[in-house]
Amino acid sequence: MSRKALEGIKIADFTWVAVGPLTIKYLADHGAEVVHVESSVRPEMLRVSPPFKDKIAGINRSAYNACLNNNKYGLGLNLNHPGAREVLERLVKWADVVAESFSPGMMARWGLAYEDLVKIKPDIIMYSTSQQGQTGPYAKIAAYGAQLVSLAGFTHLAGWPGRDPTGPQGPYTDTIAPSFGAVAIIAALMQRRRTGKGTHIDLSQLEAGVNFLAPAMLDYNVNGRVAQRDGNRYPYAAPHGIYPCKGDDRWCSIAVFTDEEWGRLCGVMGKPELAKDDRFSMLPQRKRNEDELDTIISDWTSGLSAEDVMALCQKAGIAAGVAKDSRDIQEDPQLAHRHFLWELEHREIGKHYYEAPPFKLSRTPCELNMAGPCIGEHNEHVCTRILGFTDEEFVRLVSEGVLE
Amino acid sequence: MNSINSTNSYSLPHEAQAGKIYTAMDNSFLEGIRVLDLAGEQGFLCGRILGDLGADVIKIEPPGGDPSRQTGPFYHDIPHPPKSLPWFAYNANKRGITLNLENQRGREIFRKLVKSATVVIESYPPGYLKSMGLGYEDLSSANPGMVMTSITPYGQTGPYSRYKASDLTLWCMGGMAYVSGDPDRAPVWVSVPQSYVHAGANAAVGAMIALFHRELTGEGQWVDVSIQEAVKRTLLNARQFWELNGIILKRAGPFRIGLSTNANQRLIWRCKDGYVNYPLIGGLAGERSNTGLVAWMKSEGMSNEHLNDIVWKEFDMANCTQQEFDYMESVIGRFFESHTVKELHEGAIGRRVMLYPVYTTKELREDPQLESRDFWEEVEHPELGETIAYPGSPSLFSGERPKLGRRAPLIGEHNEEIYCGEAGLSCDELAELEREGVI
Repeated sequence: MSRKALEGIKIADFTWVAVGPLTIKYLADHGAEVVHVESSVRPEMLRVSPPFKDKIAGINRSAYNACLNNNKYGLGLNLNHPGAREVLERLVKWADVVAESFSPGMMARWGLAYEDLVKIKPDIIMYSTSQQGQTGPYAKIAAYGAQLVSLAGFTHLAGWPGRDPTGPQGPYTDTIAPSFGAVAIIAALMQRRRTGKGTHIDLSQLEAGVNFLAPAMLDYNVNGRVAQRDGNRYPYAAPHGIYPCKGDDRWCSIAVFTDEEWGRLCGVMGKPELAKDDRFSMLPQRKRNEDELDTIISDWTSGLSAEDVMALCQKAGIAAGVAKDSRDIQEDPQLAHRHFLWELEHREIGKHYYEAPPFKLSRTPCELNMAGPCIGEHNEHVCTRILGFTDEEFVRLVSEGVLE
Repeated sequence: MNSINSTNSYSLPHEAQAGKIYTAMDNSFLEGIRVLDLAGEQGFLCGRILGDLGADVIKIEPPGGDPSRQTGPFYHDIPHPPKSLPWFAYNANKRGITLNLENQRGREIFRKLVKSATVVIESYPPGYLKSMGLGYEDLSSANPGMVMTSITPYGQTGPYSRYKASDLTLWCMGGMAYVSGDPDRAPVWVSVPQSYVHAGANAAVGAMIALFHRELTGEGQWVDVSIQEAVKRTLLNARQFWELNGIILKRAGPFRIGLSTNANQRLIWRCKDGYVNYPLIGGLAGERSNTGLVAWMKSEGMSNEHLNDIVWKEFDMANCTQQEFDYMESVIGRFFESHTVKELHEGAIGRRVMLYPVYTTKELREDPQLESRDFWEEVEHPELGETIAYPGSPSLFSGERPKLGRRAPLIGEHNEEIYCGEAGLSCDELAELEREGVI
C-alpha cells in the first residue's frame, strides 16, 4: 500500500454544517489527519436534521451529518469553558491547518482569530469560509446555504417561465464553495512548504457561487441581458428537456444538438418522416416549434420506462439520462462500478454508506476508513495520543466539563 | 518569486470595512507548473482554477478552434467563435495554441510539449487519446511525474462510460434534477448550466491533491473525474433518505424539503417587486430571526395576536402542523407582499432576520458587499477595445485576491510565442505546420 497523498497533514477542524465539513472531507479522504471539534451543548444544525436512523431524532443519529464527516476524529469540547484553552493551544500547535466556518468574529471571541493563532503557531494556515466573506458591510449576516442560494442568483434561474422560481434543491451553494476551499488549502500548504509561511484563506461562499454563473454575469456586463429561468430549454439544442415516462413520477432527459442526432432520434421513435418535416428538420425550426416538438417527444416517452428511453437513445448515440431519484442513486450500477459508496460502521447508526470524492487517483486513491464520529467519540484518543495529555490530565478535563 | 505577505500587511476586518483597498496579488502558488489544457467545456474551469493560482496554462485547441466556442451567449450577441462568453469566463488566465492531434506530426509535437508539462487536462471520450498513442501510459512513460486529469461524463470505465451525455443529462443522472422544480411538472436544471463547472472545480481538487503528492515524491498519476459523481455531490442528503428511511425525496417548488419537519415550509416568498428567501425555522438561529421578524411586523401593525404570542424559543418545527405553518405563512406573506425586495433586504440586516433577496445577475453586479471586496475584476480585451468586468477568483489569501490578469486566448494566439519562442521551432517550420494543417 503506497503512501496516501495527504498523509502527515494535520487539520484542526472547527467547521460545521456543510461547506466546511465537505471541504475538509476531500482532504480527510486522502489521508489528512483531522480532529473535528464540536460541542454537544450547541450541536450543529445537521446533527438535528434528517435522515435519522429509524427516523428517531438524536444528535448522533443523522446520516446527513455523518456522511460529511467520515475519516475525522470527534473531539467534544466546550469552547466557552476556561479550561478549554490548554486543549485549544495544543491543538493549534499540532495542526498545519485550522479550519472554521462560523460567522466572522466568532473565532475571535474564543481567542482563535488568525492573529491569535499565529502567536501559537507562526506558520499556521487558517481556512475561514463564510457566507459573504470576512470583510465588507454584509460580512456578519448569519444565514444558511438554503438562503444563500437565492442571494447567489441560483433560485431565480431554476423553474418555469411565468411561475415562481424554485431554485435547485437544498443549500446548493454549500456544494460549490468546498472545491474552491480544498484547492486553496492545498495551494497554501504547497506555498508553506516552499516559503515557510502560512496564510489566512478567506473564502466567500457567495463569490464561489457567482463564479459558477460567470458566463451569465458576462452576458449582463457586456450585453445588459439579465439571465432568466426557462424550464429545461437551451438555445443550442432541441429537443432539450426532461420528459415524462411510464410509472409514478419517472423522467428521462434527452438532449439533441445536431440535425443528424435529430434524424436518428426520429428513427428511434419510429417516426422517420419527422426528420424531413419542415417544422423540425433543422435546429432553428425545432427551436421555433419547440412546444410542438416537446409534445411529440413526450407522447413517445410516456409509453416507455425511463430506463428504456435512455437505453434506446444511447443505442442511437443520443445523449439521454434518467432523472435519478434517491433510490436510483443508491442502486446506480456506474457508481457501484467506481466504488463511489463505501460501507462503514457508525457507532449509533450502524453500517451505512459514505461517498467518495468524484475523482479517482490512480496512485494515491482515497480511502474511507472511519464513519462520521459521534460527538466526543475520540476524546481520549485525541487528548492522550495526539495532544499528549497524560491519562490523569485527561480525566481532569473530563471531570471539569472541558470535554463533552 | 512573490510570497504571501506577512502578517504585518494583513488587513483586519475592521480596517477593511473602513475602506482598505485590496491589491491583487501575483499568483505564485503554482509558479513553474505548466498545464496543457486539452479540455472542452466539460473541463474549462479546472485549468482556469490552476491558472488563477499561477500555473502556466496552455489551452490546446484543434485548428479552427474548440467546438465549444460555438456556445453562447456571445459578446454583443455576435455568434462568432472568438466571442463566446463561456469561453471568456472559463479560459481566462490561459495562453492558447492550436494543434491537430489527428495528425501524426501534431502528435509528435504534443509528446514533446508533454515533456515540459506537469499537468495534462483532457475531456475526450474514454479511450480516444489512447487510440492515438497519447493515453496516460504512453505520456507518463516519457514524463513519469506528469499528472493527467481526465474529465468524462461517467469516468473511464464502467457500464455507462460510453454513454453520450450533455450538461442536462448529467444533471439528471447525478440526481439533482429529480428534486428540483415544481411537483406538478418535470424536474428542472439551472438555466445557466452547472454540471460541467462542478466537474471542472472537482477536477482541480483532484489535480491539486496529485500535485501535492508529486512535490514530495516526484510521482505523477492519473486523475479520473466523473461528472455524474460531481453532480451527485450537490445532493447532500437525498440518497441517505432512501438508504435509512426508504423515502424518495421529491420536488417541492418554493417550499423546502429534506429538513427537520414533516410539513412543507415556504422558502421562497413573493414581495412587491420580486422574491425573497425566508426560512420559518426553529432552533437558536430561528428564534433570533423569527423574533426579529415578528417585532418588525408588529412595528408596522402587520402582525397579529397569534403571531405575537408565539414563544419562538419553544417553537418546535418538527411537530408543527401543516395547518399552523399555513396560517403563520399567510400572515407573514402579507407583510412581505407589502414591501419591495430592497426594503426587506435592508430591513432584515439590522434586525438580524435571516432573509435574503432572490437576486438576478443584475442585482449581483450591483451588490454592495461584492463591490466592497473588489470582487469584480476589469479585464482588458484589446481586440474588442474595451475592458469587461469578470467575477474574481473566490479565495483570498491573507486578504489578497489572486489576479485575473489575462483574458482568454484567441484561436492560436500564442502559437508563435510558444512554438517558436519556447518549443524551439523555427518560423519556417511554423509556417510549414500551418500549411499542413497541423496547427
